[in-house]
Amino acid sequence: MNTEAASGSLSRAFLALLRRDLLLAFRRRTELLFPVIFLLVVVSLFPLGIGPGPQLLARIAPGVIWIAALLATVISLDALFRSDFEDGTLEQFVISGHPLTLIALAKIVAHWLVAGLPIVLLSPLLALWMNLPTESLGVMILTLAIGTPILSLIGSIGVGLTISLKRGGQLLSLLVFPLYVPILIIATAAVMAASDSLPYSQFLGLLTAGLITSVTLAPFAAAAALKISLS
Amino acid sequence: MSHTPFIIGAYSIGAVVLLWCAIAPLLRKKSITRDIRRLVQIEERSRDTNT
Amino acid sequence: MNVKTEKISKPRKNALVMFIHKMGSPPWFYNFTGKFIPWFWAIFIVLTIWGLYLGLVKAPADYLQGESFRILYLHVPAAWMSLLIYSTMAVLSFIALVWRIRIVEILAMTSAPIGAAFTIVTLTAGSLWGRPTWGTYWVWDARLTSELVLLFLYLGVIGLYNSIDEPRKAARAACLLAMVGAVNLPIIHYSVKWWNTLHQGSSISLTGGSSIDPSMLWPLLIMAIATKFYYGANLLTRARVKLLEQDIRKAWVREVLKEKKG
Repeated sequence: MNTEAASGSLSRAFLALLRRDLLLAFRRRTELLFPVIFLLVVVSLFPLGIGPGPQLLARIAPGVIWIAALLATVISLDALFRSDFEDGTLEQFVISGHPLTLIALAKIVAHWLVAGLPIVLLSPLLALWMNLPTESLGVMILTLAIGTPILSLIGSIGVGLTISLKRGGQLLSLLVFPLYVPILIIATAAVMAASDSLPYSQFLGLLTAGLITSVTLAPFAAAAALKISLS
Repeated sequence: MSHTPFIIGAYSIGAVVLLWCAIAPLLRKKSITRDIRRLVQIEERSRDTNT
Repeated sequence: MNVKTEKISKPRKNALVMFIHKMGSPPWFYNFTGKFIPWFWAIFIVLTIWGLYLGLVKAPADYLQGESFRILYLHVPAAWMSLLIYSTMAVLSFIALVWRIRIVEILAMTSAPIGAAFTIVTLTAGSLWGRPTWGTYWVWDARLTSELVLLFLYLGVIGLYNSIDEPRKAARAACLLAMVGAVNLPIIHYSVKWWNTLHQGSSISLTGGSSIDPSMLWPLLIMAIATKFYYGANLLTRARVKLLEQDIRKAWVREVLKEKKG
C-alpha cells in the first residue's frame, strides 16, 4: 500500500465519520437545541440579576457572552463520545485500525459544527440583548469563531478522561474550566479593546495561535485519554 | 492597626492545613492495617475449620 | 514463603539501573523509603524552628509593610512549593505514562494532595497578608489568581483520580490530566499576569519595593528548604500507605506488618 492510497483512505474515513456524526446529530434535533437554548437563557438572566442599565450591560457584555459560551460548550461536551462509548462503537473504531487521533479529530469537528457554530451564529442576538457597541460586534463574532473550536478541542481531552464514569459531567466542568481561563481572558480583552476603539489585532493573533496549537496537540491528547478510558 | 492577629492567623491556618495533610495518611494506614489484620484472621479461621 | 528474595537473572547491571529496578518492587520500596521518613521529618522540624525563629523573632520589621511582612516567610515558600510540586507531578506523570511504572504513578498521584495543601496555605496566607497591606482580604492580583487556578487544577487531578474505581486506570487518566495542565500552566500564568496589568489591578509588589535585607532572606531560604523535606516525608508516607492499600491481599504486605508487630 503506498502512502497516497493510505492518506486517501484516512481522509475518506475522516469524512465518513464526520458525516455520520452530523447525521446522527440532526436525527435528534431537539437535543441539538438544548445548548443553544441554555445559552439564551443564561445570557438573559444577567440583565435580570444585575439590572437593565445599558451602560453596565455594555461593559460586562463580552464577559457574559463568553462565559455563557463556555457553559454551553461544557454542557454539550459530554455527548461528544458518550453514546459511541456506551454502545461500543468507539471500541469498534479502535479495532478498525484507523488512528484514534483522526477519529477524535473528526468527532471534535462534528461537535463544533453542532454546538460551537450555533453560538457564533447567535452571538449578534446576544450582543443586541447585552447592548454591546456595534463597532465591537464584528470582533465579538471573530473571537467566538476562533475561540469556540479551541473550547471543543480542549474539552475533548476532558471528555476522553471522564467518559468511563457514569456521572462524568460534573467532574468534566472542574477539569476543563481552569484550562479555558486563557481563552476567556484573551477573547474578552479583544472585544473590550474594540469597544474602547483600541487596537485588538494582537489578541486575535494570540487566539489564532492558540487554535493552531490546540488543533495540533489536543487530538493526540484526546486519543490518549480515550485509550486509557477504553483499557 | 496591629498586624499581629493576621500573622498569628496565617501561621495557625498554615500549621493546621499542613498538619492535617501529614496526619491524614497515618490515619489511613491505621485503618488499612486493621483491615488486613481482620482479613488474616478470617483466613486463619477458615483454614482451621477446613483442617 | 520467601517473598523478598528476588531472582536477578542478569548479574552484571550498573548500579543505577539496579536501583531503579529495585525501587519498582513494592516491598523493597516500602522498606527502603521507610528508613528515610523519620530523618526527613526531623530535618523539617529543625529547619522550621530555626527558620521561624530567624523570621519571626530575629528579623526586623519591614519599613514599608511593618510586621505583616513576616507572613511572607510562610506565603512565599508555600507558593514555591505549590508550583514545584505541580511540575514534579507532571514529570512523574510523564514517566509513569511512558514506562508504566506503578510506583511512579503512585508518587505522581500522592503529590497532588500535598500540592493542593500548599496552594491552600499560599492562598490563605496571601489573603491574610493582603488585609493589612492592601486593605482587603482578596484582591484579584495576578499571583493570587494564578494560585487559585492552580488549586482548581490540583482539585481536578485529585477528583479524577478518586472517581475512577480501578486504581491503575485512575492513575493513568489523572497523570494525563496533570500533563495537560502542566502544558497549560505557563499559558494560564502569563495570561493572568497580563490580564492583571490590563485591568490595572493592585500594584504593590511582594517586597514592597524595598530590596530584601539578608536578615530577611535567610529565614526565607531556610523555610524553602524545610518545606522540601516536608514534601519528601509526606510524599513517601502517602506512597507507602497507597502501596499497602493497593496490595492489601498480597503476601508482602502481611510480611511487612508481621515484622513490625513482632
